[in-house]
Amino acid sequence: MTAALLIDFGSTFTKIRAIDLEKAEIIGAGQGPSTVATDITDGLTKALSDLEGRIGRLPDFKHRLACSSAAGGLGMVTVGLVKELTAEAAKQAALGAGAKLTGAFSHGLTKGDIAEVEALAPDIILLAGGTDGGNSDVILENAEKLAAASVTCPIIVAGNREAADEAAGMLEAACKPVTVTENVMPEFGALNVEPARGAIRQVFLERIVHAKGIDRAAEMFDAVLMPTPAAVLEGARLLSEGSANTPGLGALVVIDVGGATTDVHSVATGEPTAEGVIPHGLPEPHLKRTVEGDLGMRINAPAIAEAAGLDTLAEAAGLDADGARKILDGITADIDGLPETAAQKRFDQALAEAAVGIAVARHAGTVTIVQTVTGPVSMQTGKDLGAVTTVIGTGGVLAHGADPAAALARALADPAEPRSLRPKDPDLRLDGEYLLFACGLLAGVEPEAALTLGLAHMHPVGGT
Amino acid sequence: MNTDENPKRGDITLVTGVIGADTHIVGNRILSLGLEEAGFKVVTLGALTPADEFVKAALETAADGIMVSSLYGQGELDCRGFRDLCIEAGLEGILLYIGGNLVVGKQDWDSVEKRYKEMGFDRVFANGTRVEEVVEILDKDFAARKKPARKKAGT
Ligand code: B12
Repeated sequence: MTAALLIDFGSTFTKIRAIDLEKAEIIGAGQGPSTVATDITDGLTKALSDLEGRIGRLPDFKHRLACSSAAGGLGMVTVGLVKELTAEAAKQAALGAGAKLTGAFSHGLTKGDIAEVEALAPDIILLAGGTDGGNSDVILENAEKLAAASVTCPIIVAGNREAADEAAGMLEAACKPVTVTENVMPEFGALNVEPARGAIRQVFLERIVHAKGIDRAAEMFDAVLMPTPAAVLEGARLLSEGSANTPGLGALVVIDVGGATTDVHSVATGEPTAEGVIPHGLPEPHLKRTVEGDLGMRINAPAIAEAAGLDTLAEAAGLDADGARKILDGITADIDGLPETAAQKRFDQALAEAAVGIAVARHAGTVTIVQTVTGPVSMQTGKDLGAVTTVIGTGGVLAHGADPAAALARALADPAEPRSLRPKDPDLRLDGEYLLFACGLLAGVEPEAALTLGLAHMHPVGGT
Repeated sequence: MNTDENPKRGDITLVTGVIGADTHIVGNRILSLGLEEAGFKVVTLGALTPADEFVKAALETAADGIMVSSLYGQGELDCRGFRDLCIEAGLEGILLYIGGNLVVGKQDWDSVEKRYKEMGFDRVFANGTRVEEVVEILDKDFAARKKPARKKAGT
């Protein structure tokens, strides 16, 4: 048997999956605590003995690949020129690389901005600004200010190529680790985020893994390839695009509802599905990830209640306002607790449904009607997800929730909100065994097995 | 047109687009293609472009001029404060042209030109202006400025 071991160093748990590569089947799963704060090997050793307890003697693993969201994930700050242009492109690149975006800046950095960046102490800064041959003043000015700042993290320069070397030079002279890569927006309106994503991944692999102490367990695995969200996005890409021999699922959306945030990934062109609609604004990345920092089931439960309305949640859970308020307060008081009573479980379900609905509505594009003299013209901003054929739920909340199908159904287009371009009639699937990250990690080395595994284990839910 | 004769045009970036809720794209496209053939770098924003998007595109690409088209008769409303927007973004010296069908019905040209110049446009072009004419005037205007008006942005 040829086997692979896939590891996710998470913020609370170290999760592992053992895969039989010939059969493209899961052999077993194991779990340990997250011990990155002390010694990361502890959690992994516990996870491995948990796995051994389930499947017996562990096989020799041909691949032992890991991803990580431990130690705060990959904290990134992005800097660009115009908010809707290079600053947005830089944000897209960072999110697509699986980063936790802690700050996004545009135009010239002020003293206050620099102080904020220093306080955020990001793991990586992505510096963009100007199209190739375009504005060079602002990226140079920002490089100079970052050079003088107390930050010591790696800085990736992905702006106007005519200014990039000079910007890098200033940063290097100030002893900052610098990588120069292609511009995130080489010409006006053209998005070029892949090279920056690649550079982020490279810096993550070479420096961040070490900086966070994850490489203390280096004997026990081959490499920590990427941040966990990037592995999930890679898995989504593989499932969508398929491999040389096996067709994929086509355009899809993955929703990951977590304790603190809700991530939405789409693999889709997002072109208008309706006749006569004019796309507007920046082109959208085929692979897009958004993170809703205010939609999380535990730490951010009050924020969900605020966004959705506590009354709405109470009604959905069959509770009165007082009952709902009590449960919500209970969650805030003990964010590690899990729902126990039937009422708590119903409230959790209502929270999950609301998080999915709001997060997908924010991820999806919108259409606005512009009144012209001849009559209305429809303008689309963002991605039209109408033609998406598969919606996949992943993460513990959905996998262990009372009714994942009902939660995922909230991702769908609603005739009452015709301007929100959400999936119209997709199949709903659930990553019940938490394998999407494993598929993403395996995609680079064993794409066929990864794809077969993923297709077999994204289980259909709901009646459609 | 031989671009080698005008090496300087290659250093000049022009932003083009049709302002406001105006969908008349044909003339603007002809203009954009013509300017590109003449050797300019052209950033095309197309139809239905709000005023602030011209300015943002010009800022990011360090454009030297903005060529606004307005055909449907509401140009006067759409272009109010256009120069101010540019100044706000740090592009005070940028060259601003406008052309198309700038007003509703037949009106005295001098008064039309005056109104648009008051909004900050350097040159105002009547309906049907040919691209060759536009290129000639651009050459003249940029020659008068000696070099492309690269503007400091941001601060
Ligand atoms: C084709 C056309 C349409 C098509 C547009 C198709 C499209 N997507 O492009 C359709 C049928 C959709 C249409 C709709 C309307 N139209 Co119409 N349309 C025309 C028409 C017949 C031709 C325009 C054209 O393409 N000309 C050919 C191009 C090559 O010429 P040009 O645009 O003038 O551009 C040249 C120059 O002006 C110059 N130029 C252009 N821009 C700039 C900018 C700068 C900086 C410079 C230097 C030069 C420059 O370079 C170009 C090349 O030489 C004109 C009448 C006319 N003959 O001009 C009416 C006309 C423009 N339309 C008009 C109107 C009223 C409308 C509608 C409001 C009609 C309605 N009530 O439904 C709608 C508005 C829709 C909207 N929201 O924009 C009026 C505008 C009146 C006004 N300004 O007061 C016109 C003038 C007809 C008229 N005489 O009444 N229209």
